[in-house]
Amino acid sequence: MTASDFQTVLPEVILAVWAMVALMVAVYTGKDRLAVPLVWATAGLFLALALWISATGQGARTAFEGMFIDDPFARFAKVTILLSAAAVIVMAQDYMSRTNLLRFEVPILVALAVLGMLMMVSAGDLMSLYMALELQSLSLYVLAALRRDSLKSTEAGLKYFALGALSSGILLYGASLTYGFAGTTDFAGILSTLQGEVPLGLLFGLVFLLAGLAFKVSAAPFHMWTPDVYEGAPTPITAFLATAPKVAAMALIARLVHDAFGAVPGDWGQVLAGLAVASMFLGAIAAIGQKDIKRLMAYSSIAHMGYALIGLAAGTAYGVQAMLIYMAIYVTMNIGTFAFILSMERDGRPVSDIASLNMFSRKEPLKALAMLILLFSLAGVPPMVGFFGKFYVLKAAVDAGMVWLAVAGAVASVIGAFYYLRIVYFMYFGAEQEPADSRMAPVQWALMVTVAVIMLAGIVNLFGIEPVARVAAEALVR
Amino acid sequence: MAQQLLSFITFLPLVAAAIMAMFMRGNDAAAQMGAKRLALFATLATFLASILLLLEFDPADTGFQFVVERPWILGLTYKMGVDGISILFVMLTTFLMPLVIWSAWGVEKRVKEYMIAFLVLETLMLGVFCALDLVLFYLFFEAGLIPMFLIIGIWGGKERIYAAFKFFLYTFLGSVLMLVAMIAMYMDAGTTDIVRLMDHSFSSETMPLLGFQIVGGLQTLLWLAFFASFAVKMPMWPVHTWLPDAHVQAPTAGSVILAAVLLKMGGYGFLRFSLPMFPVASDLLAPLVFWMSAIAIVYTSLVALAQTDMKKLIAYSSVAHMGYVTLGIFAANQQGIDGAIFQMLSHGFISGALFLCVGVIYDRMHTREIDAYGGLVNRMPVYALVFMFFTMANVGLPGTSGFVGEFLTLAGIFQVNTWVAAVATTGVILSAAYALWLYRRVVFGDLIKEALKSISDMTGREKAIFAPLIAMTLILGVYPAAVTDVIGPSVKALVTDYHDAVAAAAAAGDVASN
Repeated sequence: MTASDFQTVLPEVILAVWAMVALMVAVYTGKDRLAVPLVWATAGLFLALALWISATGQGARTAFEGMFIDDPFARFAKVTILLSAAAVIVMAQDYMSRTNLLRFEVPILVALAVLGMLMMVSAGDLMSLYMALELQSLSLYVLAALRRDSLKSTEAGLKYFALGALSSGILLYGASLTYGFAGTTDFAGILSTLQGEVPLGLLFGLVFLLAGLAFKVSAAPFHMWTPDVYEGAPTPITAFLATAPKVAAMALIARLVHDAFGAVPGDWGQVLAGLAVASMFLGAIAAIGQKDIKRLMAYSSIAHMGYALIGLAAGTAYGVQAMLIYMAIYVTMNIGTFAFILSMERDGRPVSDIASLNMFSRKEPLKALAMLILLFSLAGVPPMVGFFGKFYVLKAAVDAGMVWLAVAGAVASVIGAFYYLRIVYFMYFGAEQEPADSRMAPVQWALMVTVAVIMLAGIVNLFGIEPVARVAAEALVR
Repeated sequence: MAQQLLSFITFLPLVAAAIMAMFMRGNDAAAQMGAKRLALFATLATFLASILLLLEFDPADTGFQFVVERPWILGLTYKMGVDGISILFVMLTTFLMPLVIWSAWGVEKRVKEYMIAFLVLETLMLGVFCALDLVLFYLFFEAGLIPMFLIIGIWGGKERIYAAFKFFLYTFLGSVLMLVAMIAMYMDAGTTDIVRLMDHSFSSETMPLLGFQIVGGLQTLLWLAFFASFAVKMPMWPVHTWLPDAHVQAPTAGSVILAAVLLKMGGYGFLRFSLPMFPVASDLLAPLVFWMSAIAIVYTSLVALAQTDMKKLIAYSSVAHMGYVTLGIFAANQQGIDGAIFQMLSHGFISGALFLCVGVIYDRMHTREIDAYGGLVNRMPVYALVFMFFTMANVGLPGTSGFVGEFLTLAGIFQVNTWVAAVATTGVILSAAYALWLYRRVVFGDLIKEALKSISDMTGREKAIFAPLIAMTLILGVYPAAVTDVIGPSVKALVTDYHDAVAAAAAAGDVASN
């Protein structure tokens, strides 16, 4: 390990060291009494790393002979991941303290998962890809099963683990096929073998790799675990699952298809387009019948992943830019929405039944309004920022000549609008009955209101993420 | 100042809504009255500002005036401006809003939110008529669904949930197809600026798609996508079914705005996009529109005859009247388009007033069933007079604005397609049948219903709301030049460009001339 390699991976090293030191300290001293300070310290570290990464990185560097890539694309994804993870654990703290879930392992596991995600978006080799993915996944399995005495949570963790292991197997199989036909696991090396006729085995490898990764972003038809895990896992963990890992996995797909298979965009473009259409329609249609808001958000995220995949399926730099912006908007919206879901309770117990929001607007007009804005934004109704995310990806698809994909996305968004409207319906026009309480810690309240304001104010210039995303996308697609 | 006037008019109601949302607390009678007063004040101020706009407007200039342009995200621009076609829609909106707010004086349920919804809606409606960037237009066009959805859903009648959802999803589906078309237009022309898109000629060469030969090519596809949106909004037969539901369930003020302004967005869209940007496709598909409109006029008039709910009857009559508008627009001659715009403005006053008329007795009796009334003239002479006036205007009695609009559109379509004109003209007779029959059943006869024996006539506030509407209907009826002078030059330019483009395409052999 040379000094320059070390410098390139410094943020990841810091995070890894932090996680291990925190673990040791907590085990030998205060255990769960240290949990709250650990949460805040970890969030602070995430924030610091995000600022550091966004402020320092220049150009593209690689470390460990191409295993690790640090470029504007990776940095964009990393900053998104770090900021969203910081927001989620901060807003989860109050809820977890109240429900006695806040063990000291939580912030440490989150830190390890985030470490895995940071490595994922920087992976430049099938080996580092797999390692990073597994680090992330293993941490998430444990987090999903955090509530050990709850049947649902345990079931969620187990289901997540079993299906996750299956998908990892598929991914590994694809990786081994790719290695067998390309003779290398290095992305740049794979790309250089893709001249002229592409061997069938390599295509199979690509398809298996994509299937494994589709599981991680919960794209249909690899989405089956999502609703159960989202429903069963403790709500703060659901919020975490719905945000940072999605960004990481989506960025990983972008990295893989462009860096390793950039020479054959037609081949993976079709696969991704198929996944996108299936996800959008499945997410939109299956969500209609849901009664539990966490399950509903699961289907909502499946649909949203479909839209993000449209950007990737376009296969252009503009498409990647659209995907990055879409994901940034998506995590922001989800943070706001989950801040609200975390606060839903009745008689001091958390509830997630949509019907419990009946006439919520009468009781808490401001929160209901913020939620209204978030829901319309999730549905992609202008003038909320969520519309611009959809607009970007649809534009990318039309730009790439995939008009049918854009039309499918547009139609799915109408179907999808229905179930977001249903929540609005309960909050504003529902039957007269006592709505659930909403007990919000100041952090949650601030996050939710900030996100709602962002959804409206972002229309001015999207807070300037457009040029940053363009630089990031152009670094990836050459 | 003059440069910023348009943005000022558009966003003034939004600012008032923001002030109301942030600084007005409490839900007692005083706070409610405060919210109503602020809303009325804001809409009146907007109206006064728009009068300034009209005074400064130069009808002879067929281009856009008061143009503001600023760069925005995604390579889009924030561009606003008005021309002869759009300025009167702006005026219609600002004119009606204070009346609508005032008519909602009696609302007691969540007054502040109600006022906020209407103020936000006003900004969005004005934005639609002023936007000169495709995506900006789409933004305003779509966002208008949100406040209307809430207005129907929160303050509506018994079946409000069904109506609100139907309204939202129907119109949303039409619009997203338009969004895809807009993106395709941007890819083709490299700009989303409406003014430059009007000069851009989209290809009308026949192109193959999924094994079909699409005559009119790209223009036809784009035209159809826009048509999906505007036909639903308008609404045209057979996609009109959301309108009766929405109208019946919406509160009075919501119905008025829906009929008077929101429906006009469809017609405005045809004039702003379909005709100038896709002239060849418009020409090609005009017969389709003609027959759909003719069917709409006859069919919905017959349906109106069978209604037992007053609002539903007026809603169907709106669909029929919008049929004249589409006929006039796609006749694509000076009379036709002049008439279509005239008809839209006049329908704004008349149907708005009719819904207010229903609102007056609904407030007293809490039913809209025609059977529940009868003999109102005995207790409500003033009301009977006002209702009579607007019934006649709705039928198209000469001297009212309703006549001018129908006459001009029929004169326009007669030159293009005599058969359609003949069918459409029967609508005039049918409209007399359903409107007069409604009037007879509600107002005339003996007052035998026990509940009606103590009904009181219109209050001073109600009379004051109707006065400006009566005045406008009469003024436009006897002096239609007030409108045609303003829209004439712009319409003339539109018609000339349209026929030049169609002739050029025919000469190039893209489509057979018809």
